[in-house]
Amino acid sequence: MTETTPPIGSDVPAAAPVIAPALEMRGITKRYPGVLANDHIDIDVRPGEIHALLGENGAGKTTLMNVLYGLARPDEGQILLDGQEVHIGGPSDAIDHGINMVHQHFMLIPVLSVVENIMLGDESMRGLVLLDSAEARRRIIDLARRFGFDIDPDVRVGSLSVGWQQRVEILKALYRDARILVLDEPTAVLTPQETDEIFAVLRRLASEGHSILFISHKLYEVLQIADRITVIRRGRVVGQRIPAETNEDELAELMVGRGVQLTVDRGESHPGAVTLTVDGLRVKGDRGHEAVRGVDFAIRAGEILGIAGVAGNGQDELVEAIIGLRKPSAGQVVLAGREVTGWSPRHMNEAGVAFVPADRHRFGIVASFPVSECLVLTDYYRAPYSAGIFRNDDAIEAAAERLTLEYDIRTPSVDVRADTLSGGNQQKLIVAREFARELKLLVLDQPTRGLDVGSIEFIHRQVVAKRDAGTAVLLVSAELDEVLEISDRIAVMFRGLIVAVLDGRTADKNEIGLLMATGGREAPAGGVTAA
Amino acid sequence: MTERSAATPPTPAPWGPLWPLARRVWSVVALPFMSIVLALLVGVLVMFFSQILAGQPVDPSLAVRAYQALIEGSFGNVDAIVNSWVQTAPLILGGLAVGLAFKAGLFNIGAQGQFLLGALGAVAVGVALKHAPVALALPAALLAGMVAGALWGFIPGALKAISGAHEVVTTIMLNYVALGVVAWAVSGPLDTPVSLEPLTDDVGNAALPILLGRNGHAGILVAFLAVAVVWWLLARTTLGFEIKTVGANPDAARYAGMHPRLLVAITMSLAGLLAGLSGATVLLGVTRNMQVPYSTTVGFDSIAVALLARSNPVGIIFAALLFGAMRAGAPLMSLRTLVPDQLIDVIQATILLFLVANIVIRRLFRLRGVEADIGSTDTITRSYGGEVAVR
Repeated sequence: MTETTPPIGSDVPAAAPVIAPALEMRGITKRYPGVLANDHIDIDVRPGEIHALLGENGAGKTTLMNVLYGLARPDEGQILLDGQEVHIGGPSDAIDHGINMVHQHFMLIPVLSVVENIMLGDESMRGLVLLDSAEARRRIIDLARRFGFDIDPDVRVGSLSVGWQQRVEILKALYRDARILVLDEPTAVLTPQETDEIFAVLRRLASEGHSILFISHKLYEVLQIADRITVIRRGRVVGQRIPAETNEDELAELMVGRGVQLTVDRGESHPGAVTLTVDGLRVKGDRGHEAVRGVDFAIRAGEILGIAGVAGNGQDELVEAIIGLRKPSAGQVVLAGREVTGWSPRHMNEAGVAFVPADRHRFGIVASFPVSECLVLTDYYRAPYSAGIFRNDDAIEAAAERLTLEYDIRTPSVDVRADTLSGGNQQKLIVAREFARELKLLVLDQPTRGLDVGSIEFIHRQVVAKRDAGTAVLLVSAELDEVLEISDRIAVMFRGLIVAVLDGRTADKNEIGLLMATGGREAPAGGVTAA
Repeated sequence: MTERSAATPPTPAPWGPLWPLARRVWSVVALPFMSIVLALLVGVLVMFFSQILAGQPVDPSLAVRAYQALIEGSFGNVDAIVNSWVQTAPLILGGLAVGLAFKAGLFNIGAQGQFLLGALGAVAVGVALKHAPVALALPAALLAGMVAGALWGFIPGALKAISGAHEVVTTIMLNYVALGVVAWAVSGPLDTPVSLEPLTDDVGNAALPILLGRNGHAGILVAFLAVAVVWWLLARTTLGFEIKTVGANPDAARYAGMHPRLLVAITMSLAGLLAGLSGATVLLGVTRNMQVPYSTTVGFDSIAVALLARSNPVGIIFAALLFGAMRAGAPLMSLRTLVPDQLIDVIQATILLFLVANIVIRRLFRLRGVEADIGSTDTITRSYGGEVAVR
């Protein structure tokens, strides 16, 4: 057990008080075939500290957390708790040591109640076979009260909003006496308000002495919540900062390794003829309710229309109806003067419509297919990729090689499985497939959700380039900043209706935020129907 | 300890350029191989404890002698080897029938019924053309088997496409219907008055010629040809691409402009065609007539074959050979050592158990990095999870 010297480039802030860290990871190295996922990473978290781990997708954050949680065995390095080296062989060891993780995708069972979910895996027993749920329930209510969440312990988890489900995850960790809480991209699925609320909870936890490791790639977020920030890139620690002494630009540069333009420089738009007209469109959602209740808008060639709205206000159903994945129950879609209502996705594709889906794993790629096949997923049946019933693998391969270069898709080869790519590269793959042809209309649903700044910058540039080439762009995003950044006009969607259309350059963030939350200018906060 | 380079080679390369290939092969075959080894060990235990349960003196060499006889019975001489391939051929075709459906995310438990209908179609046309020239009678009988099997696959495929009726349920039910149809046909319209038992006439000129040894019929070649065709279909055609896409991600298939419902119907028909061809080759190459009950387990064993081979067409040859050779060798084993044929069923079932519960093997042998996904197992789990994938 030799002491490792701190790696070059990790300038520890001098102001930090000397307290024994609650958790210390020293020289963690993890190799996967062909990849050095973690290269001698050192990181420590002090008691009562919120320490942010910042890095792009694929930088090695998740691997490091898997090592900490016992899901991956490090090739080198040690883990110390309160200065004592521990061996973590699996998640149960980690939990026994007071390390708990709140995953990005919640590990909750929707049909069970809050109490049942929290007890799961750690059931208190009365006798040999009886569950002691009364005792558990009492403890959960106590914990919830102490940390200021007002939760009904008997409500079914499936009926809770995402923000509340996350709180259940945190409660679950606290119930297991977590001293060290690891949150993996906790805000990816939350609205801005929910984010603020969860941050308040985290601060409360830290003030009670819990140590929090907060994993994120959102710059403003880590600046807002963290006491210290460690930035990793390509498996190495590239710097450590405290929020007061840094800013978004510096962090972005550390994270990406080069200067990044956080906002895309877009010129004036030059709208041409109307490309897409949507008239009185009504669409039913999966549960049979009317998700889109009569929507009208038009987009001109060379124009980006952004649709802002809290997720779940009918945006997904709207775009699915436009591109043909869902049949509208009423209304019309007109593309370049031709009525295309109810056309199949293939017809729309052939008519010059491209679609970047919100759920890339569901619609965008086939996880088990090689990158090359995912790149021709919508074109596989056409020349040059096929002749009659035969595939032309050489043409597919050649196109894939060309597109991976052109769109900077980082992959060891075009023959590896698509799901081995990082999220950002998977999204670039979809963008490459959809953008690489003449388009009339480009439909983007949450095109940058969960992506790092480098990939976001790249995708936004591509979108603006398409606009300047005369494509009409429909952009749906729950990230208000994204809508504000690249839209020429902004429509706000609330409960299946477009409640306002604003100019993209003069629109005020707060005004849109209020419209998103309430649907009407004069409506009081708290929500009324927008009808 | 080691140099801090971002390009550290992950493993030494003892065999030079062959090493990555060996690793790749091992990552694919590790699970099936370990399952087979463990199942053979379970077979040893079963033999050991049966002696105790039967109150016999325990003979520790029994297992060795039994397996020795099994191997001798399947590969000991030319006749044995040919017979192993005769047992293997229908399993290859059946394995393809189940495996192709797995590729489309469908669990075809109906290979048994499709096999019976294929045999029935072949015997009906074969008997009708028994005096016709071979060049007409044989292809017509084979074709009839394929068409009948395809029809028996099309029914559950169409039901799923139209109403979402789950193929696991409908194919199981159709297996029973197939038994009834065969019983009716063989004791009714196809019955020959010569015997008292329900029995059809011989297929005469429609029989598959014997090419090798005592019983090596041309159906073995048909099976290999089918492997090549299915491999080509999956790897080289747009239809194959569509089938694989629907199986791997039906939503993406819909978005990509494919027609999942149509593809379900097509795939089930093709699967039925292959199982029907299996039935036709057994009928025209081995039994040459049909009696009731037409006892066979080929359709069910095919599920094991497809799972063991993970639906890979070439892998199916090896998986089918394993089961086929065991079937071929079992009589000699029971003759010499009095270990009953049923041991083969035990071993076969145990292989399946280990394959499906593969986490046990991973833990036991610390197999890391071996192929984690087993598409076919996913399909099975989904089948019982009730989620209807096709919209």
